[in-house]
Amino acid sequence: MNFAVLQFPGSNCDQDVVHVLKNVLGHSARLLWHKDNSLGNTDGVIIPGGFSYGDYLRTGAIARFSPVMQAVQNFAANGGLVLGICNGFQILCEAGLLPGALIRNRSLQFRCEPVFLQTATLHSPFTNRTPAGKLIRIPVAHGEGCYFADSDTLAKLKAGDQVLWRYVNAQGQATEQANPNGSLENIAGVCNQARNVAGLMPHPERASESILGGDDGRVIFESLIHTLGQKAAA
Amino acid sequence: MKAKIIITPKKAVLDPQGKTVQNALEHMGYTGIGAVHVGKYLEIELTGEEKETARKQIDDACHKILSNPVIEDYRFEIE
Repeated sequence: MNFAVLQFPGSNCDQDVVHVLKNVLGHSARLLWHKDNSLGNTDGVIIPGGFSYGDYLRTGAIARFSPVMQAVQNFAANGGLVLGICNGFQILCEAGLLPGALIRNRSLQFRCEPVFLQTATLHSPFTNRTPAGKLIRIPVAHGEGCYFADSDTLAKLKAGDQVLWRYVNAQGQATEQANPNGSLENIAGVCNQARNVAGLMPHPERASESILGGDDGRVIFESLIHTLGQKAAA
Repeated sequence: MKAKIIITPKKAVLDPQGKTVQNALEHMGYTGIGAVHVGKYLEIELTGEEKETARKQIDDACHKILSNPVIEDYRFEIE
């Protein structure tokens, strides 16, 4: 598969994502600069973490208007798979491609630590290879990851099975203590109604090799690759 | 002309910064302190002459980029 990994001034997880896709999973991945206005031959888009445009104004607020994001809007509108990680999630929310917004952590602290995630639904291109019931242990690293949506939006998200991941403790319970940022209902990641765009705050690319302390993050990329394989075969 | 824009978190949105400032003020002994809301203030210098055109443009910009309507409210004046 051919992946495009976006690169904004201030992105800092772009190389990690390319490394995992290419060297760990054996697929093709290339960086696309924020000024590019075409995605070229791309099967899937990853918007990596970092501090695009210095997080000026609000996280993701400036990035969403970059030329490459206009191309991503079209790609997503045509059913293309897009995954936003951390700052990528914030950008997708600002762009209106995902519902809700990410605000300052309730603790006001930048949280950088491993968390447990429960996959709330296996019915998505981003979660379908997750073993049922398996908790995923991957790190978070953010200051503004508190997921917020108004009550109507939240109800729609739940009714549409759009919550993909929740922060839980080692026993799989979505407790307040297991929630690193104060997100509503421990939400760590969501997808859009059409289920082709998703975002999450934790970093699967930082936990895709056992030498780095764990490879639980791989399953998210593997789900994406599996789905693209099915699409290509169809 | 100049646009003076104030952006504040919506009432329904958690404002941990505001809460922390409120706690600090109370801790320092200030009395009669209620909820604190921390927002942003922007000043934009305008080179045009038409106040109404400027108003429309600033309103559009506030909605599209300067604020996020999911979590923030805005108000502005042009002088």
